[in-house]
Amino acid sequence: MTRMLGADAILRSLEAEGVEVMFGIPGGAILPTYDAIARGTTVRHVLARHEQGAGHMAEGYARASGKVGVALATSGPGATNLVTAIADAWMDSTPIVCITGQVRSDLIGTDAFQETDATGITMPIVKHSWLVQDVRELPQALKNAFHVARTGRPGPVLVDIAKDAQEAEFDFSYPDEVDLPGWKPPTKVHERQVREAAKAIAEARQPIIYAGGGVINAEASAELLALVEAARLPAVVTLMGKGCLPDSHPLNYGAPGMHGSKYANWALNKSDLIIAAGVRFDDRVTGKVSAFAPGAKVIHFDIDAAEVGKIRTADIPVVGPLKLALSHLTRELKLLEAEKEKTVDRTAWHAQLQEWRALYPYKYRRTEGVLKPQTVIERLRDLTASRNEDVIWTTGVGQHQMWAMQYLQCEKPRTFITSGGLGTMGYGVPAAVGAKAARPDATVICVDGDGCFQMTNQELATAALERLPIVVVIINNGWLGMVRQWQELFYAERYAETHLTKQVPDYALLAEALGCAGFMVDNEDDLDATLLAALESGRTSVVDARVDPDENCYPMVPAGAASVDIIELPDEELDPERIVG
Amino acid sequence: MELENKPGALARVSQMFARRGYNIQSLAVGPTERPDISRLTLRVDCSEHSFEQIEKQMHKLVNVLRVVELRPGESVERELALITVGAPADKRAELIALGEVFGARVADIGREALTFEIVGRPEELDAFEELVRPHGVRELARTGRIGLRRPGPRPPRPNAAVS
Repeated sequence: MTRMLGADAILRSLEAEGVEVMFGIPGGAILPTYDAIARGTTVRHVLARHEQGAGHMAEGYARASGKVGVALATSGPGATNLVTAIADAWMDSTPIVCITGQVRSDLIGTDAFQETDATGITMPIVKHSWLVQDVRELPQALKNAFHVARTGRPGPVLVDIAKDAQEAEFDFSYPDEVDLPGWKPPTKVHERQVREAAKAIAEARQPIIYAGGGVINAEASAELLALVEAARLPAVVTLMGKGCLPDSHPLNYGAPGMHGSKYANWALNKSDLIIAAGVRFDDRVTGKVSAFAPGAKVIHFDIDAAEVGKIRTADIPVVGPLKLALSHLTRELKLLEAEKEKTVDRTAWHAQLQEWRALYPYKYRRTEGVLKPQTVIERLRDLTASRNEDVIWTTGVGQHQMWAMQYLQCEKPRTFITSGGLGTMGYGVPAAVGAKAARPDATVICVDGDGCFQMTNQELATAALERLPIVVVIINNGWLGMVRQWQELFYAERYAETHLTKQVPDYALLAEALGCAGFMVDNEDDLDATLLAALESGRTSVVDARVDPDENCYPMVPAGAASVDIIELPDEELDPERIVG
Repeated sequence: MELENKPGALARVSQMFARRGYNIQSLAVGPTERPDISRLTLRVDCSEHSFEQIEKQMHKLVNVLRVVELRPGESVERELALITVGAPADKRAELIALGEVFGARVADIGREALTFEIVGRPEELDAFEELVRPHGVRELARTGRIGLRRPGPRPPRPNAAVS
């Protein structure tokens, strides 16, 4: 027990939780806490330029490290600026604790200066929230907050702390136990369910694993790989799961979904058994739900019981931690294999999948004198691989994000950090800053769009001044590309408000103004040299890669269509020599 | 369901229902035998979303301690209603007699109208409402049903008219 102010207690609590970095911006209602920071703490504070940036940094930090991210903001606009990042963390199950200042308790509800009902506003997008008005409740609230954020299905929580609680003095000790009688996430799996699943798998002729972000959250990549190899099961891996299984693994058939490959979508739709692990049958993957994988039974592994059976009935639900579930499954499958005299012959299925993969690779048309966005991404991939760089990729949202998903190679989890569920433009740059804070040893590269870059580029100043160097490659086509694609295909080319121009702003100049190195490239000949210069600069660098504005993202499952009816790059003037996969 | 008796707990439940598009037909909340626990009784429309799905979402809320489905025949349910009915002098006796059949008390009486108070199974309240409607219902307030699981394996008590 030590006598101290609430503000100091906040920092002592963060330290007790093992927090090493937090991201935030000070303000009136959180000033006592910032004074406590000034008086000394082991937690590093990274000063962002917008609270949304701080929130996305906390997310990037959490995704790259597996730890809980922490964002700090003041009341009123500070809290409301965090809302987008909180909603993003909610949709993608990213564990972050957001601490916001609140006006003095006696002013709450009076429309005081910079007062907002932060807990009310964020209620639908947090796992839980706390409004602390009595300083004595503060340590338990923070203990509970971290616990809720990281246990069960990870996600965001908010702790709103009244200014007078921060300024009050009390006897602090950090609790050993959480006080959450209603919070009991599963810690075990039902052995009987796992055995049922193993039996179904052993008998399936055309099984496919459908793995996603939940595998990474569960730290279950090793278990997934063991399962794939022990049972020789093919797998498709979603956008959020990229890296949970090495992209180079021959049984990894890549991403399904709206802009995934035809072969991955067919693998799911033509299977007789879908082994879903850490995924939620999102509409971007399923397309028209009633037409999705009609012939498949479904085994659904997830820690969140509410996801199992939400979109697609689970014939065999297995609720519990994936790490346990997948390792038990592998064990059961090995037992079954030892018992059986004859195993189901899947040679035809494997041959079919390989044939589809060979027939329908990702492809784009190269044109003389025009830099293609996919080329930029391929060169980034190949250059970093040849240099054995330990790369963490982040992206914005849009066409460039889909191309990054299609063409980048990720071999390890927590190396592909993107906004999937909420699809937040502007996520890329701040998430990269957060990832770099988590992994200073890694090369952090943000593949961004020009539209996205304009939303959060001021965080480059944070990267420069906080010495968190990142490389940003802007796939600059001068348009809000994905929106323009939809307008082209579904709104009879009526381009409403999607043209940004390539030159305004001058991105290289903007980067220099923000204390970074700026580069521009608009042709293939100079591409490698420019990318290398950025990678080797040792500072935060921005590459303005000016690409073909007409390039559309294929393949594509049109809205409302079945994912099995995915549309490929239209065939006209197809020159086999110029197509590269 | 049993909820922690903490600020915002009720708001979180109704918020979650609204967000997920689950239709609440009635809601009653109040204290229980324990001061730190509230009981919330909801009538939910399960035509669009299954009860199982709704229940699973409820369990994700930190303040929710227990969720129990009250199935007909396995639970005791009661509701209270106040009904103000037009009651001119010549119809008054008839109305009061009708009320007696249902065990409805006259809570208040005026020159042209009277207010019934009725407690019973929700279906009895529905029936009473139907019967007084031709007399002209001025105002109606229902609490929403509350319920508890039946305590034992005996067959349920036949419902007496007196609460």
